Amino acid sequence: MEPILFMLFGAIAVGGAIMVVTRKHPMASALYLILTLFSVAALFVLRQAHFLAAIQVIVYAGAIVVLFIFVIMLINVPENRLPVERATVMRLLGVIAAGLLILETALLARRFAMPAAPAADSGSVQAVGRALFTDYLLAFEITSVLLLAAVIGAITLAKKKI
Amino acid sequence: MNPLFDIAVSVARIAVFFAFVFGLVVVMTWVERKGAAYIQDRRGPNRASIMGVTLFGMFHPLADALKFLFKEDFIPDGAHRLFYQLAPMFALAPAILTMAVVPFGPPVTIAGKQVALHIADLNVGILYLFAVSGMAVYGIVLAGWSSNSKYPLLGGLRSSAQMISYEVSMGLSVVGILMVFQSVQLSAIVRGQGELLFGILPRWGVFVQPLGFILFVTALYAEANRTPFDLPEGESELVAGYHTEYASFKFSMFMMAEYIHLVVGAAVLATLFFGGWQFPYLGDSGFAFPGGISVAVPAWAVFLLRIGSFVGKTLFFCWLYVWVRWTIPRFRYDQVMRLGWKVMLPLALANIFVTGIVLLLIDRGGF
Repeated sequence: MEPILFMLFGAIAVGGAIMVVTRKHPMASALYLILTLFSVAALFVLRQAHFLAAIQVIVYAGAIVVLFIFVIMLINVPENRLPVERATVMRLLGVIAAGLLILETALLARRFAMPAAPAADSGSVQAVGRALFTDYLLAFEITSVLLLAAVIGAITLAKKKI
Repeated sequence: MNPLFDIAVSVARIAVFFAFVFGLVVVMTWVERKGAAYIQDRRGPNRASIMGVTLFGMFHPLADALKFLFKEDFIPDGAHRLFYQLAPMFALAPAILTMAVVPFGPPVTIAGKQVALHIADLNVGILYLFAVSGMAVYGIVLAGWSSNSKYPLLGGLRSSAQMISYEVSMGLSVVGILMVFQSVQLSAIVRGQGELLFGILPRWGVFVQPLGFILFVTALYAEANRTPFDLPEGESELVAGYHTEYASFKFSMFMMAEYIHLVVGAAVLATLFFGGWQFPYLGDSGFAFPGGISVAVPAWAVFLLRIGSFVGKTLFFCWLYVWVRWTIPRFRYDQVMRLGWKVMLPLALANIFVTGIVLLLIDRGGF
């Protein structure tokens, strides 16, 4: 069952990602991005990372893409005024880079065996919390300082008079 | 054991809870109008009748459903056709998904096997709820934008800004509960609320987290776009907000999504802060009141009392929405935003901090 689900959600994630970059209308791209984020969350669930899956949906699908859609909505470019994209050198390079990446991944995948399924509770809130506040405390604290700096920066940029 | 038995149990659980929520949705549309009439000293709906029987206007929801089905399903000129048609689905699907994690009764033993009365007892429980209900904003944003009309656009913008703002306070307001009961799993939270506090009070969320409860209720009303936070649909300013341009069954899908959010919200409120299916002082074998008095109750009665307790609490909070709606006037939009960010958020953070200190003291001092 698990390999079938993995293939299914993996295919949806990749398919959605391709649609994100190929759709003409930005709203369609944003909606496909949600699809991709959801499938990635499903992949997390298959690896027992339930907490990570929930956070992925809450943060990315629930907050960040909403902001994208906000911007699309406010700019609201009519369909006939959307910029026409032509086949350029950049596009060609993009296709080549994508091809190389797929080749690389395929070569790497041949060298490593699929890791065994992790323990059932390794992705629970308790387990993730314990790991975060013991083994990865330094990384956690540095990230929080980074976020604080970003918050202060956003306020300084947004406010004319402090 | 028998895989067929598991499938049957799952289907039965989904069917029962689905019927419960959808039944309550239908009843709520009636309660809303009849309650409004009762509070405003009117008669309310009383005309729809079947063979001369009006039954206090209970047939009005039926008449509504028929009307929604047979009205013209129309798409306004200049609307983004695909997104316009997707929006009601984006609104309804997450609303239905939220039901999955609410425990509606204690585990029961059927044919020698323990069955939890839960559609899914996820170990991320409450986080799943936030993740799925966070998706509801897409239906509103898409509806507002794709209608290609000013009022829906403004309504959609207001609504999504409000939902994102209050989602933060809502998430933080339950952190206290998670800390007290040491779990995010809803079944564990309900079990934790079966104990007694100081030997007298039931250990319900509302008693251990009073501030968290107030914040959660406020955020819940704001999330559900209910009065006093129904700015997205402020009739006097925005006609009907994001679903102004919708008619027929698409409109009713938005209505259904809204009412499902209300019902599930009431059920979650009962589960997190009022003990869910726990009945005060009722143990597995009977009542045990403080002071040593105990009354034995047969197992089937215990089960019925517990289910009834959950249903009763949910019904009460459903009624509370109507009560509040016709009692409290609407806020101004800047007031809503100020309340969300400058009052609710700091209070929620302070609540987490204080809860942490108290829990630490209890741990250290052992009292």
